Order: sequence, then structure tokens, then C-alpha cells
Amino acid sequence: MTVRVGVVVFPGSNCDRDTTHALALAGAEPVELWHEAADLQGVAGVILPGGFAYGDYLRAGVIARFSPVMRSVAAFAADGGLVLGICNGFQVLAEAGLVPGALLRNRGLRFLGRDVRIAVEEGDTPFTHLAGPRRPLRMPIAHGEGCYFADPATLDEVEAEGRVLFRYVREDGSVAGETDDPANPNGSLRAIAGVRNAAGNVAGLMPHPERAAEELLGSDDGFGLIRSFVESAAAGVHAGGDRSLEVASR
Amino acid sequence: MSIEFRFAVNVLPKPGILDPQGRAVEGSLAHLSIEGVTAVRVGRRVELTVSAPDEAAAREIVDRLARELLSNPLIEAYVVERLQATSSTTSAEAGAP
Repeated sequence: MTVRVGVVVFPGSNCDRDTTHALALAGAEPVELWHEAADLQGVAGVILPGGFAYGDYLRAGVIARFSPVMRSVAAFAADGGLVLGICNGFQVLAEAGLVPGALLRNRGLRFLGRDVRIAVEEGDTPFTHLAGPRRPLRMPIAHGEGCYFADPATLDEVEAEGRVLFRYVREDGSVAGETDDPANPNGSLRAIAGVRNAAGNVAGLMPHPERAAEELLGSDDGFGLIRSFVESAAAGVHAGGDRSLEVASR
Repeated sequence: MSIEFRFAVNVLPKPGILDPQGRAVEGSLAHLSIEGVTAVRVGRRVELTVSAPDEAAAREIVDRLARELLSNPLIEAYVVERLQATSSTTSAEAGAP
């Protein structure tokens, strides 16, 4: 049976089609979930795609957080469902308190659209287990607010619990610095490019794996992450609904 | 019966939070030959009208709005200010050259 994976479409989402395309390549049946509908249509996993949900007014992701679909996504996540936020989707998850931290304005103040290199820090997660041995992975970023921030205590906790999934790295694979290092273009604290919640079933990252999902796009380094998600969602479906995980809070 | 109250919510990055916009403003001061200005923080101001039975009830609404939507408590602090005029923009415009 083909696993059905939801892709939320907010007004202003612009990577939803790229995401459904990448999901189909990975063997999933993508299901578009309109922001005003609370029904998740029985999908086995949800991806919040990139873009500028609700125009990024007020703060990136905050208006989207209160949409009908996000209330359902929060309930789905609380029940152990797999949720991945990419770029703007990560911002929405952070605003909703479903993953720790916040995404601040890039240190250089500019919107950045270019390739970055990231390393998978935790290879044994539902989001990364099929990422493969490549290090670093090359994929694009396209954001104005991607500077990862959390207070020092939260950062320490997230690190200690193995919840930093991705870090910005240099071409040689070494971890980028926080300031004045072009390998960490937005100035994220501890070069964090992606994190997950305490329960482990909700993750977000700023770079775009779906835009690096096939050679035709210049890199297929992101495809392993898409495949990881699809396979994990499929496994969750077969495992039934007996996953009890604690609810993440801000 | 409800009365209309006018408020401003001033949202600023918390102390210690990197504020690249504030830095950019500081960086431009030299171009204006302005000296002695430091610690610039750039935030956001939201003005709104609330209908409520009394000021306490109105403030409660504004406070919840500020806490849950207008600010992100992880990175921003806010201050609620009661405005006397129907709209401070109107009075500001009146005073503009």
C-alpha cells in the first residue's frame, strides 16, 4: 500500500508543489491539505512546506500557527504523528512551540537564496535514517529569518538529548562558526540547521531537501531525507496507533 | 454596555537577543555624523481599539493578544500602553510638518 503523506498548503506556501513532487519520487502518495480544513484525511505524516504563509506578516509562521489545519497538526503531533517543517514550515512549528527555539532575522539582514552544506548529526531518527553516508549534504536555502535561536539552557538540553538533527558545515564537513562564517549564512547559534522535539516525532530544518531531490535539480543530497520521512510514515501506519509520546511545549 | 479603549502594544527584542536591525541603524549613524547614540533596538508597535465593559477587562484582552500573537515570549518582550486619543496616528499627523 502506498503511504499517504500530507502537505499543508497555506496562502503563500510556494514549495508545496516541489514537496509533493519529491514525495511522489520517493513512492508516497502526496495529499494536499488546505489551511482552512481541519481534516487531515487520514495521512500517515505531515510536511509543512516552504514559502511565506500568510505573507509572513507580524512574524514568519505566527499567523499560520492559528489556522484550522495547524490545530489538527498539533493534535496529530501530540498523538505521535510524524511532522516535518521545511523552511517556512520550520518557522511555523517553532512559533507553535512544537519544536524548541525560534528563527530570527538573518544576521546579515538579507534574504539568502543559495546552496549550503549541512551534516546529519543524528542518523538514527525517522527523519534521517536513509540519509546515507554523504557528508556534507548540499541543498539550497531561501529565507530571510533563519537564524536559529534558543536560550543557552535549551540549547544544552537539545544537544544533550541528541535533538540537533542538522548543522551547517564547511565543504570539508567541519562544523561552521556562529559569526562571520559563510558556511553558516544566517548566523544560527551552534550552527544549528534543524532540530526535533523531545518526543522525537516533530522536526524542522531551514534548508530545502525537496529542492535537492534529484540530479536534474543540481543535487540529490536531500532525497535521502525525503525517503526517510516517507519510509518512517509508512512504518508508522503499519505499526498502528499505539505510539504514546509526550506533548512538546514551548 | 461597552466602551472603546485605545491601546498600543510595543514589542521589542528581549535584552541579549541579537537585533541585527538595531545594529544596522547603529552602523549608519556615522554616515549622518551623529555621535553618542548606542544600544539601538528595533521593534514593532501595534495600535488597536478594544470594546469592553471597563479598562481592566480591555487590558486583559490586549494582554492575551500581546502574549499569544503579537510577541513571541522566547525572543520578545512587550509593554502595553493606554492611548488617550482615538488614534495616536491622527494626532501625530496633525503635528507633522
